Amino acid sequence: MAAVSGLMRRPLEQVSGLLRRRFHRTTPAALQVTVRDAINQGMDEELERDEKVFLLGEEVAQYDGAYKVSRGLWKKYGDKRIIDTPISEMGFAGIAVGAAMAGLRPICEFMTFNFSMQAIDQVINSAAKTYYMSGGLQPVPIVFRGPNGASAGVAAQHSQCFAAWYGHCPGLKVVSPWNSEDAKGLIKSAIRDNNPVVVLENELMYGVPFELPSEAQSKDFLIPIGKAKIERQGTHITVVAHSRPVGHCLEAATVLSKEGIECEVINMRTIRPMDIETIEASVMKTNHLVTVEGGWPQFGVGAEVCARIMEGPAFNFLDAPAVRVTGADVPMPYAKILEDNSIPQVKDIIFAIKKTLNI
Amino acid sequence: MLTAAVSRVWSGVAQKPASRVLVASCNLSKDATFEIKKCDLYRLEEGPPDTTVLTREDGLKYYRMMQTIRRMELRADQLYKQKFIRGFCHLCDGQEACCVGLEAGINPTDHVITSYRAHGLCYTRGLSVRSILAELTGRKGGCAKGKGGSMHMYAKNFYGGNGIVGAQGPLGAGIALACKYKGENEVCLTLYGDGAANQGQIAEAYNMAALWKLPCVFICENNLYGMGTSAERAAASTDYYKRGNFIPGLRVDGMDVLCVREATRFAADYCRSEKGPIVMELLTYRYHGHSMSDPGVSYRTRQEIQSVRSKSDPIMLLKNRMVDSKLATIEEFKEIDVEVRKEIDDAVHFATTDPEPALEELGHHIYCDNPPFEVRGTSQWIKFKSLP
Repeated sequence: MAAVSGLMRRPLEQVSGLLRRRFHRTTPAALQVTVRDAINQGMDEELERDEKVFLLGEEVAQYDGAYKVSRGLWKKYGDKRIIDTPISEMGFAGIAVGAAMAGLRPICEFMTFNFSMQAIDQVINSAAKTYYMSGGLQPVPIVFRGPNGASAGVAAQHSQCFAAWYGHCPGLKVVSPWNSEDAKGLIKSAIRDNNPVVVLENELMYGVPFELPSEAQSKDFLIPIGKAKIERQGTHITVVAHSRPVGHCLEAATVLSKEGIECEVINMRTIRPMDIETIEASVMKTNHLVTVEGGWPQFGVGAEVCARIMEGPAFNFLDAPAVRVTGADVPMPYAKILEDNSIPQVKDIIFAIKKTLNI
Repeated sequence: MLTAAVSRVWSGVAQKPASRVLVASCNLSKDATFEIKKCDLYRLEEGPPDTTVLTREDGLKYYRMMQTIRRMELRADQLYKQKFIRGFCHLCDGQEACCVGLEAGINPTDHVITSYRAHGLCYTRGLSVRSILAELTGRKGGCAKGKGGSMHMYAKNFYGGNGIVGAQGPLGAGIALACKYKGENEVCLTLYGDGAANQGQIAEAYNMAALWKLPCVFICENNLYGMGTSAERAAASTDYYKRGNFIPGLRVDGMDVLCVREATRFAADYCRSEKGPIVMELLTYRYHGHSMSDPGVSYRTRQEIQSVRSKSDPIMLLKNRMVDSKLATIEEFKEIDVEVRKEIDDAVHFATTDPEPALEELGHHIYCDNPPFEVRGTSQWIKFKSLP
């Protein structure tokens, strides 16, 4: 039901994107789950498994979540485990970190990561650095999660991607799921991890259904943090992305396949610690690299991938400079034509791939 | 306004001049009852008692602890000037009654979190002087293995040592949330200064603690100055015990260890009875400047500092009380002083001779419970192994 209404609300391009999506061969037990429901299931399973786990944030309880990601959890677990907070990001993020220091396992939701900027001191200085500063005495087993990056028409203050900012900091783990399997496996791993983990979800992906393979339906299904996934094998070029752009890369690959260009699409899944080895092995095979992200170009995820490729064995295998496709270097505008041209589209990815291959 | 505040600190408890009379130990009392200053109350019908019983044993213990902290801080001053300690060093000499009194009012299973002016609380929460001084000098025998320094020392049920002013407010409320969640009748003492009291996140912590009835004792250590800014120049209201607005509060003589103890017991009991948070303002004074880079005399007079020292020094107050009520003799205190000096000397020797942490450990302790991995150094060819 949620999947259908999610589809109806979505912009046309996304719907057509879904129709074009390749269906994997599945076992009979696979079922369609939206990213939203996958996160919901992941949290539900972990709440059930360990009573130290709890969720706090604005509207997470009685409203069922601003984006309905925590739907049903308050009804099931009650006030003690699902806590509505006042609009006090710095305060409740700090409270969550303190609770983690004292032995609980909080999931702290930011309604969007834009609001996490108000609390960023607690995320970095109180959570990320503490295990190190204490010489290994004080762990902080906390998850910070919420939608990250551009949505649709929400303008500059609500559209920033924080992958580069959080990815910058030692002591944090940062993950960025794309599909339902990613979302479920990564949120569960994040909750079980004894370190501060930032889970960068994507609002536009919440309503998108994917097949959840049977192994992903197990209550102990985990996706390891720090491991990328090759979503599509290819030989001509390596295309690396995280979050929603992974879908765009797969679309671009489908289009290019008709022209005889086979792209290897890598879904990073984790921003920090980055799985550069998977990317390197791929580049050593394809000799070309394009990175794709929604965030701004300067000092971004793609910049880091390129720098590391240069420093490693894959550099000598490059037949062309590595190329980045990113969000435009502007605060996100509102008008549709401007917004559409401020985020990487399939045509931009295709263009960059062809440029890199000198086609 | 400032002189009024200072004179509140000065006036402590009326003291008779110390009489140096030799008393045979068989004439000593086991305990004595003392009058303590009544606390100013806010939204409270009644407060802590105005008398308390001090046993000889407890009194000697408090004296020893305060003297240890005093000597430790003064040696830290020396070590800093000798460049054994680097960076920031915020000393709490003058405020010893606060940390010792607080510890006396709670259980070891309760929780404490404070700001960067933490060395005293590190000691009262169970860290040895050795491990504290060695952390200050950045040695591997330091309580944080030399990784943290002055502002980042941790112990069981003690969450630092926090460098960012006010950040410990919400953290402490979160620890209190965990106390309530676990249901083991524990409380969290969340300390911050008169400067930090103006942080927005403190107000956010007040709100959520009150809303959710968290067992959090918010404690404002008001030493009258936030760095170089007097309380009056920073706060529209310097009644810090009232700043919790809808949260009851009490203002306490922070130079009297017994006053602090009784107030802490009262506040902790309040929280334990599930009434929600409470705010405690401790009126106290720091002899040193804000940190070792601040001489501390550009914004206050030497006379003021000297006046507090001679009229309200917490260690002197306790000693005089105990001698006057025949709980202990001057000689006993001198003996304790000698023992304390020895302990500090030993700790200083350790802190100045223990080796620095091994360079190989630079990458350790990034992640907890993680398989080993590599951490990048200053260039791509320099790598450090990271063990949890």
